Amino acid sequence: MTTAGPAPSGKLTTEEEVVAELASGMTIAIGGWGSRRKPMSLVRAIARSDLDDLTIVTHGGADLGLLCAAGKVRRAIYAFVTLDSIPLEPHFRKARENGTIEDEPLDEGLFHLGLQAAAWRVPFLPSRVGLGSDLLRDNPRLTTIRSPFPADGPDGAGEGEELVAMPAFRLDAALCHLNRADARGNAMYLGPDLYWDDLMLQAAPTGRRFISTERVVPTEDLVSEGCFHQLRISRMMVDGVVPAPGGAHFTSCQPDYGRDEAFQQQYARSAGSPEAWAEFRAAWIDIPEPEYQRKRLEAAA
Amino acid sequence: MKVSRAEVCIVAVAECFRGDGEILANPIGAIPMMGGRLARATFEPDLCCTDGEALLVAGERLFAGPETAGGLTSLEGKVVEYWNPYRSMFDWVWSGRRHIMMGASQIDRYGNQNLAAIGDYARPKVQLLGYRGAPGNTINDTTSYWVPNHSPRVFVEQVDTVCGIGWDRAAELGLGPDGGARFFEVRRVVSNLGVFDFESPDHRMRLRSLHPGVTVDQVVEATGFELVIPDEVPETRRPTADELELIGEVIDPDGTRTRELPDP
Repeated sequence: MTTAGPAPSGKLTTEEEVVAELASGMTIAIGGWGSRRKPMSLVRAIARSDLDDLTIVTHGGADLGLLCAAGKVRRAIYAFVTLDSIPLEPHFRKARENGTIEDEPLDEGLFHLGLQAAAWRVPFLPSRVGLGSDLLRDNPRLTTIRSPFPADGPDGAGEGEELVAMPAFRLDAALCHLNRADARGNAMYLGPDLYWDDLMLQAAPTGRRFISTERVVPTEDLVSEGCFHQLRISRMMVDGVVPAPGGAHFTSCQPDYGRDEAFQQQYARSAGSPEAWAEFRAAWIDIPEPEYQRKRLEAAA
Repeated sequence: MKVSRAEVCIVAVAECFRGDGEILANPIGAIPMMGGRLARATFEPDLCCTDGEALLVAGERLFAGPETAGGLTSLEGKVVEYWNPYRSMFDWVWSGRRHIMMGASQIDRYGNQNLAAIGDYARPKVQLLGYRGAPGNTINDTTSYWVPNHSPRVFVEQVDTVCGIGWDRAAELGLGPDGGARFFEVRRVVSNLGVFDFESPDHRMRLRSLHPGVTVDQVVEATGFELVIPDEVPETRRPTADELELIGEVIDPDGTRTRELPDP
């Protein structure tokens, strides 16, 4: 027996449709970590688009570097930028050293609090992190606040203690790549770490929370893809699902695939000169995603 | 008994964790991780150690670094104690249950550390990793540093950007029981030349010991600021026969240590 009623909202979409929901000047959080499980097919689509002036919030890696190289970034909000096996991201480095982007540095823990504050709809969260360091010099959005309590609690000390106030991020969109998802936006990671993907999706406004995924499966099959503990992305956090097998390439997407180190080295070398970047861009960015996937599999074969 | 510089450094790192008890010993880099493992295998059995990614593991074998594709996510050969995704790290850091050993692109006489950028921060000569977790690590927990390339470019008069805070900045915040820096302790710096601490009256960096074969003059020449140098500088403790066996046969049977830090 079937029950009559409205059909559940289908959320399947494409990279191009996601980009159409974004606008120049937006602040966009990008999931993953360093050169791990980055939504690269979405990043490539942004690089191909006419969007610009973006503020990127990220545990940075190839996402931020590639968008810097493509001239899409006005401002970077991050605690580190790395390609893991290549410690420093060469395109990001170039953008910073040439002064072509604005810089908003954070400590990883403050980054966490900025997302958490946004997700919980509070203007800031307090922390000890940053006190005494040059973060308060280099990131003018940070300020300090005095505890209104006689003592800060557990250790009975710190009456009226000064703490750093980490403001909530004001995101316009979030983009993450997950191993598996259903068409409604429930999704799971299968690798060692969810990173900050769930918090980024919770911190972004309804309507522009997008995930790409290695594979779309029926809801009833999700749990058998891994373990129910890994089902940490709920459809309440997601507005669009992009089927994107290989979508994290060349970053890692464990256990589906590891990082493509040879490709990453090629990408890193493209920071060497404007000509090298133009060549890389023509070969690997200014082409449709299906062609990218076909070419990179051929190159690896 | 022949010992390598790398093995002396591993023991010096291990000594940094002496007395720490049941906390997360979190040294970053191959030689520091070996030191953490050695401390746990010998005199600090309750330490917790990571596999370099998202697990806390028992057992002393060191696993390949993050550059090894697929190696870190494998459970093969690992005795897993706890799943420790990056976000869980803040539970340890902010509750004071971690002693990290970080690297430093620059470090000064009070232990201020820079790993963000060289030159003017606004328009750096060299952009490095970023502030990473250094501000939070130093204000919350005991911190030590590992510098494999002791030189005046690293040991500088003044760091360009203070990421990890040193003893002077901490003193301004207050080191007493009510002070803003009451959880701060920069304990040691281990370099390829010697071991340094801050156990001087005004917490300036002090030469604690020299690695076998290194002279005071060598250290002074390689340091861009004036160190506190006691009249008698001891030699860094050499590994015992048991420690050498542990390092060579259990912790690092592949000999990564000498590739990381060749003998001078």
